[in-house]
Amino acid sequence: MTKPLRMIAASALALAAGLAPAWAQRSDVTVAMQLEPPHLDPTGGAAGAIDSVLYANVFEGLTRFTESGEVVPALAESWEISEDGLTYTFTLREGVTFHDGTAMTAADVKFSLDRARAEDSTNAQKQLFAAIDTVEAVDPRTVRVTLAQPDGMFLFNMAWGDAVIVAPESIGEIKSRPVGTGPFRFEDWVQGDRVELTRYADYWGEAPALEAATFKFISDPTAAFSAMMAGDIDAFSAFPAPENLPQFEADPRFQVLVGSTEGETILSTNNAQPPLDEPLVRKAIAHAIDRQAVIEGAMFGYGTPIGTHFAPHHPAYVDLTDMSAHDPDLARELLADAGYPDGFTTTLKLPPPSYARRGGEIIAAQLRAVGIETEITNLEWAQWLEEVFTSKNYGLSIVSHTEPMDIGIYARPDYYFQYDNPEFQALMEELNATTDAAARTEMLQDAQRMIAEDYVNGYLFQLAMTTVAKADLRGLWANAPTQAVDLTGVSWAE
Amino acid sequence: MLRYTLKRLISLGVSLAVASLVIFLVVEVAPGDPAAFMLGINAEPEAVAALRAELGLDVPKWQRYLDWVGGMATGDFGTSYTYRTTVAEMIAERLQVSLPLALCALALSTALAFPAGIYAAARRGRAGDLAVMGATQLGIAVPNFWFAMMLVLLFSITLGWFGAGGFPGWEAGLWPGLKALTLPAVALALPQAAILARVMRSSLIEIMGEDFMRTARAKGLTRRQALWRHGVRNALIPVLTIIGLQFAFLLAGAIIIEQVFYLPGLGRLIFQSISARDLIVVESVVMLLVFAVIVVNFLVDLAYAAVDPRLRRRT
Repeated sequence: MTKPLRMIAASALALAAGLAPAWAQRSDVTVAMQLEPPHLDPTGGAAGAIDSVLYANVFEGLTRFTESGEVVPALAESWEISEDGLTYTFTLREGVTFHDGTAMTAADVKFSLDRARAEDSTNAQKQLFAAIDTVEAVDPRTVRVTLAQPDGMFLFNMAWGDAVIVAPESIGEIKSRPVGTGPFRFEDWVQGDRVELTRYADYWGEAPALEAATFKFISDPTAAFSAMMAGDIDAFSAFPAPENLPQFEADPRFQVLVGSTEGETILSTNNAQPPLDEPLVRKAIAHAIDRQAVIEGAMFGYGTPIGTHFAPHHPAYVDLTDMSAHDPDLARELLADAGYPDGFTTTLKLPPPSYARRGGEIIAAQLRAVGIETEITNLEWAQWLEEVFTSKNYGLSIVSHTEPMDIGIYARPDYYFQYDNPEFQALMEELNATTDAAARTEMLQDAQRMIAEDYVNGYLFQLAMTTVAKADLRGLWANAPTQAVDLTGVSWAE
Repeated sequence: MLRYTLKRLISLGVSLAVASLVIFLVVEVAPGDPAAFMLGINAEPEAVAALRAELGLDVPKWQRYLDWVGGMATGDFGTSYTYRTTVAEMIAERLQVSLPLALCALALSTALAFPAGIYAAARRGRAGDLAVMGATQLGIAVPNFWFAMMLVLLFSITLGWFGAGGFPGWEAGLWPGLKALTLPAVALALPQAAILARVMRSSLIEIMGEDFMRTARAKGLTRRQALWRHGVRNALIPVLTIIGLQFAFLLAGAIIIEQVFYLPGLGRLIFQSISARDLIVVESVVMLLVFAVIVVNFLVDLAYAAVDPRLRRRT
């Protein structure tokens, strides 16, 4: 070896040696998702993307969800509930500070809850706070919440991203510069491209393994595939193209996490529009649908069949899929009994997600087989909200209801299903007033049966959560008990 | 030249006024409420109403139109409903991607098209011409998003020379920024270059049949000299028109390419705003693009006059 060559070889070796530990110690991550948050205030918008970036990372509430959907203490380390279930006394954790350095106290909790339930509040889930009568800051570490009526869901409600604790002085800029108490602080948002977070040094809890995290927004499924394959991103949360998942599964460089979401995907039915106002007709539709075919065809096999509006991973879930088993002959019979031996025509209005567009074509074919013709219209989300959701000008639609534990929407007669059953409404009221776990489970099961027996909607499947990640990334949530990409436990394998 | 410029300026003003009205009407007529979109399907009607009031959506439409036009006249494009930042700021940020991208693509397409067009015209009917024509035919026929995906497949996934998309921002440095724009610029430029080369070729061929070209040859210029001194300059008019149109297209029409490479450009801003019914952003961005197209056309008109003195005298 000549001298210069030796030098090059030596420096190359040195370079490699210098780089190797740098790889092993990688402490940043780039996670992509399809939708960009419109702004960064989880208490002022329904967009799931806001929570995906911020929930548990930047913002925390009194309680929080774990990966399995359990509600555990967060900023409140403990609480006491009065005998009558009306007074909740929360003891806050010690040493919690906001990212601007100020201490998080009972006054901030009072401010956050009062802001969410105020007259002019634009909280997208205002009903979470409906039961609250007063919020008092007893001392800096004690908050007393008095309810107007008992609410068995109260602790659960406080775990939502819409109920996180915000810093009063940050409200003016919260939509672009969020200030929370979480393990990561907001660093930068390059609109249209990415949000950057860095580790918050003074976090009250266990410090996360990651020092920095970047959320990238890639809306096009093909681009998502390319970005993953090219190694530009480390993980893609809720990967948008299920057809590509087998390829990732077969590739040793990647892992595919399949979990469950809170998204009940249903064939929404306008219960006030003839002939769909006839329970027999709705029952016929339910039996005309072959769920498994929809799951295979629209979701490439990812999804769990459901027979009612309830998440199958929830302990109170009852499997009622048999009540609407695929049986075209029975469906035709039921239609004849209802007075429609030759079927009828209705509308099927579909929002943009592929579960709706692909699923819609399959369901239309299944309905046609029993004599029901559907006129399919593809709508954008904004149009869908206007035509279907607000104006209720539709016969059938397909939507995934992604809010956790949202069976209560069936008690709202003006909700777009237009399902008006006083018995169900009474049951929900009773449920809200019950705090005993066993009694609640029983009531939830009754509620599931009631809407299944009334065939309010066609119940299709629980939306699966599919995350693609590099093989050596650890600690990502497989499930999505709420829309969150919790990075607190994420790390790189040695 | 002054009268010509003045006349063009007046027509520019009228076009802008008409455009603002049309844009506002079209955008407002489309169904969909931005407040309902933002609050989703669990929201209570009162929260939606509160948000509508907060966004100023509860005032009559004509008043919103006047506010919008009045604001734009003073340089205030309004505030985005969803992002809650000023539209001017958002546009400025997106232009940092879209403008360099459009310019790169335009420079690239011109650099490819001129030599190719001139070469083909000079060798009309021979093998070189046929090769160029075949290649441009292919360039026009291939959809640019497909071509973009092929580029990603080859250069990002297989070779790993470029990222598959995204934009690090100019603050990351000139080189990383340009690197991120390379593949999108190539994908945008090739079809444009193909069109431009064909226009250049046919324009030149037409010019070469003109009397003055024969005169030029008669006074002793070689074919090549005549082509360069008299042909190319005269052939430029239709080519300039196309370049003007292409620039406007590249600025706004890169939506699909921006989608494929997930670049935070103007096209994607429009796309996102339309689906979120962020009306004020859609209106202002479209208005800005109309403005750009009209101004570019105005400049092209002036450029004609510069290239062709007859146009100046005629008006």
